[in-house]
Amino acid sequence: MAKQIEVAELDAYYGSHKAIEGITMTVEPRSVTAFIGPSGCGKSTFLRTLNRMHEVIPGATVQGKVRLEDQDLYGPDVDPVSVRRTIGMVFQRPNPFPTMSIFDNVAAGLRLNGRFSKSELNGVVEESLKGANLWNEVKDRLHKPGSGLSGGQQQRLCIARAIAVRPQVLLMDEPCSALDPISTLAIEDLISKLKTEYTIVIVTHNMQQAARVSDRTAFFNLAAQGQPGKLIEMAETSKIFTNPTEKATEDYITGRFG
Amino acid sequence: MTTATLKTGIQPISTGRRVKDRVVQVLVYLAFLVAVVPLVSVLYLVIKNGLARFDMEFLTHSMRNIGPNDAGGGAYHAIVGTLEQVLLASLIAVPIGLLTAVYLVEYSRGGRLARAISFFVDVMTGIPSVVAGLFILAFWILVLGFEFSGFAGAMALSILMMPTVVRATEEMLRLVPMDLREAAFALGVPKWRTIVKVVLPTALTGIVTGVMLAVARVAGETAPVLLTVFFTDSINTDPFHGPQMDLPLFIFSQMQLPNQTAIDRAWAGALTLILIVMLLNLLARLISWWRSPVRKG
Amino acid sequence: MAQDLKKPEGGPAMRRSAFRRSRGDTPFRFVSTGAGIVLLAIMAAIAVFLIAKAVPALQANKANFLTYFDWTPNATVPMFGIAVLAFGTVVSSFIALVIATPIAIGVALFISHYAPRRLASTLGYVVDLLAAVPSVVYGLWGFTFLVPLMVPPSKFLNTYFGWIPLFGGDSVVGRSMLTASLVLAIMILPIIAAISREVFLQAPKTLEEAAYALGATRWEMIRMAVLPFGRPGVISAAMLGLGRAMGETIAVALIFPITFNISFQILSPNGNSIAANIANGFGEANAIGRGALIASGLVLFLITLLVNSMARLIIARRKEYARAAA
Ligand SMILES: Nc1ncnc2c1ncn2[C@@H]1O[C@H](COP(=O)(O)OP(=O)(O)OP(=O)(O)O)[C@@H](O)[C@H]1O
Ligand SMILES: [Mg+2]
Repeated sequence: MAKQIEVAELDAYYGSHKAIEGITMTVEPRSVTAFIGPSGCGKSTFLRTLNRMHEVIPGATVQGKVRLEDQDLYGPDVDPVSVRRTIGMVFQRPNPFPTMSIFDNVAAGLRLNGRFSKSELNGVVEESLKGANLWNEVKDRLHKPGSGLSGGQQQRLCIARAIAVRPQVLLMDEPCSALDPISTLAIEDLISKLKTEYTIVIVTHNMQQAARVSDRTAFFNLAAQGQPGKLIEMAETSKIFTNPTEKATEDYITGRFG
Repeated sequence: MTTATLKTGIQPISTGRRVKDRVVQVLVYLAFLVAVVPLVSVLYLVIKNGLARFDMEFLTHSMRNIGPNDAGGGAYHAIVGTLEQVLLASLIAVPIGLLTAVYLVEYSRGGRLARAISFFVDVMTGIPSVVAGLFILAFWILVLGFEFSGFAGAMALSILMMPTVVRATEEMLRLVPMDLREAAFALGVPKWRTIVKVVLPTALTGIVTGVMLAVARVAGETAPVLLTVFFTDSINTDPFHGPQMDLPLFIFSQMQLPNQTAIDRAWAGALTLILIVMLLNLLARLISWWRSPVRKG
Repeated sequence: MAQDLKKPEGGPAMRRSAFRRSRGDTPFRFVSTGAGIVLLAIMAAIAVFLIAKAVPALQANKANFLTYFDWTPNATVPMFGIAVLAFGTVVSSFIALVIATPIAIGVALFISHYAPRRLASTLGYVVDLLAAVPSVVYGLWGFTFLVPLMVPPSKFLNTYFGWIPLFGGDSVVGRSMLTASLVLAIMILPIIAAISREVFLQAPKTLEEAAYALGATRWEMIRMAVLPFGRPGVISAAMLGLGRAMGETIAVALIFPITFNISFQILSPNGNSIAANIANGFGEANAIGRGALIASGLVLFLITLLVNSMARLIIARRKEYARAAA
C-alpha cells in the first residue's frame, strides 16, 4: 500500500508571500525520506502541500503538481479531505484530542469513515497501538484520557492515530523535537519498523537523526530572508552526508551555517 | 493488514459525509442570515417610521400643552434629560470604576479585599437594570425622601456602568507593559505619579472606548429611569429637582398612546436614540481602531 | 462578557518590587482603595435597602408570597404572590434561550470558521450591533410590528400543532408569551454569539489540524476539535444570556399580556414577568404596592444571581480544562 510521490514545479504561497518555489522531487515508496534545512526555508510548508494541509491556513495557496502514483492530488475533482485520509500526518507537538480517551483517539479517524463493529474497532485499535509500540504501556488504561500520557507516549499515540486509518504515506514534521532522548529513540525505532509498509517523509533539524533513520535526504535552503525556499539537492542519505554535490549542503551539514 | 479498509488510490469520501458537511454549512450560513433579519428590520423601520417626525420641531420642542391626540410636539426635553443623566452617571461611575481598577491592578496583591471586589464586580455585571432602579427608589426616594429627579436616574445608571468601566480599565491597565512602569520607577518617579503620568495615559484610549460603550448601553436603559426619574412633558433642565424626561421614557410613554401621531413621535424618538447610541459605538470603535497595534504594525 | 473569559490572573502588582513609598503615594493608594470599598458598599446597600423596603410590604401581605397567584398589593387587604411572575420570567427566558442558543452557535461558527476571513470581523461587528440597539427600541418594534406579524403563524401553529400542549388553547393572540420570548431571544442572541465566537476562535489550532489530517470534513473537524473545547464556554454564555433575558424589562413589558395565571399555552394570552410587572405596576402603586414590587425585584435579583453564578462556575471550570489541554 505504500506509494511513490512525484512533485513537479511546486510553489506555495501564504497570501502573496511565496514561501517555496519550483520544487521538483520524487519520494520513493517503502522508504524514509528526510527533509533538512535551516529554519524558515519551507520544509513544513512543503510537507503540508503533500497532503493538502497547506490550504487549511486561510489565504494559503499552491501551484504545481503533486502525484501519488498516477493520481494528481490537486486535480479538479479531487477532494482534499480524501487526500488527507490517504496521506497521514504527525505534527511537531503531540496533539491528542484532550476530551477523548486513548481508545477514542486511535479510533477517531476510523469512526469518520463509516461504521465499524465493536470487535473490528477493538482489533484496529490494538493493531495500531502495537504498530506504534505503545500497546504494552496503555493496554490497561485504554479508556483514560490521552492527555494523561507522557509527551513521548502522546506522540506515539498520535502516530497510532495516524496509522489506524491505513494511510499510504505518513508525513512527520519534526516528530521528536518536543521529546526527550529516550522517547526520541522509541520513535526512531518505530519509524524504521513502519517503513516496511509505509512511505515516510520526515522533517528534522537533527542531522544524526536524519542519518540514522532516512534512506534519502533532501536539503532545502533559501537565498535570503524573505526569499522563497528551494530544494538544493536530494540524494541517498549516505551521499548527502559524505559527499554532497552542492557547497551549500556541505556547509550546512558540517555546521558551517544554519 | 487484514482489515477491510485496505484499498488503493485516493478513495472519495462517502456521499453521506459530504452531504452532512454541506447541510451544516448551509445551516450555519442560514443562522447568520436569521440573526441579521431582525437587525435589518428594526433599523429599516426605525429609519422609515422615524423620519416622518424627525424634524426641527421634534428636536426643539417639548410635549408641553400637547394633548395625546395632537400632532406636533417634540422630544427636546427628553434629549436634554438623556444627555444630562448620562453625563451625571458617567461623572459618578467613571471615577469610582477607574480608581477601583487602579486598586485592583496596581495596589492590591490578590488579597482578600481585592478578591471580594472582583467577585462583586462580577455580581454587579449581572444586576438586572430594573433592580438598580428599585434600589435607588428604595434608598434615595423612599428612605431618604428625595423627589424623583434626573440625578436619581443618573445614580441608577451609574450602578449599571460601574462594572463595565472597572473591567474595561482593568483589562487596559494589565496590557501596559511592566517595563514602562519599571522604567518610570527607575527614574525615581513615585508610584502614584507613574500611574497617573505613565500608566493611565498609555491605557487611555482603551479606557475611553470602554466608557463610551458603557455610556451607549445605559443611554438606552428605560426601566431604571422609569422608577427614579418619572415622567414629564415639560422641559426641566435641572437634573437635581423634579421629574425629568429622557429618550427611552419618551419612546415608552408615546408608544402606549393609542393614536398614530404619538406612535410617530415614538419612532422619531427611537431614531434619535439609535443615532446617539450608534454614534457613541462608532466613536468607540474608531478610537480603538485608531489605537490598535494592527494598524500601527 | 467576552473579556471576562480571558481575564489575566495576578497583574503587575504581583511582580511589583518594593519601592520606597513617596509622599503623594499614600493618599492615592488610599483613594483608589476607597473607590473599591465604595463599590462594595453599594452592593451591600442594594441588598440592605431592597430588603428593608420589602419586609414591611411582605408583613402586610395577607397571602402567601410564594404561592399566591394574584397581585393586588394596593387593595385595602393587600394580597400578592410571586408565583405567576416568577413562572413567566423563567419560562419566557427559557424559551428565548432555546430559540437563541442554536442560532447563536451557528452565528459564532459562521464568524469563527465559515465566513471568508476578510469579512469575518466586519460581520462579527454587525452581530454586535444587534446588542447596541436599546431594548426600548426592540419593545417599540415588537409592539407595533412583531405582535401583529405573529398572529398568522401563531394561528397556524395552534390549528395544526394544537395537540402539543405548548401550542394549545382556544384564543390565539399576538401579545403572547411566544412573542415576548422571541423578542428576548433577539436581545440575548448577540451576547451568546459573541462569547461563543471567542471560545471557538480559541480552540487550539493544533487540534483542528489533527482532525483535518485524519481526513475530517470541516464539520467533522468542528465536532472533534472545536465543539468539545468550546462547550463549557457556550454553556456559560447561554447562562449569561438567560440572566439577561430574565432581567429584561421594557421590551417585554408591552408585549406580555399581563394576566395572572400559570399556563404553558404560549400562544394564548397568558403570562407576565417580574420585570414587566414592575414597569407596568409602578405608576399606580401605593406604599405597600411599591414594597411589593421591591420584594419581587429582590426575587428577580436572586434568580439572576443564581443563574450568573452558575455561568461563572462553568467558566472557571473551563479555565482549568484549558490549562490541562495546553
Ligand atoms: N501560517 C503562516 N502564515 C504566513 N507565513 C507563514 C506561515 N507559516 C510559515 N510561513 C512562512 O513561510 C516560510 C517557511 O516556513 P516553514 O514553517 O515552512 O519553515 P520551516 O522550514 O518548516 O522552518 P522550521 O525549521 O523553523 O520549522 C517562512 O518564511 C515563514 O515565515
Ligand atoms: Mg517547520
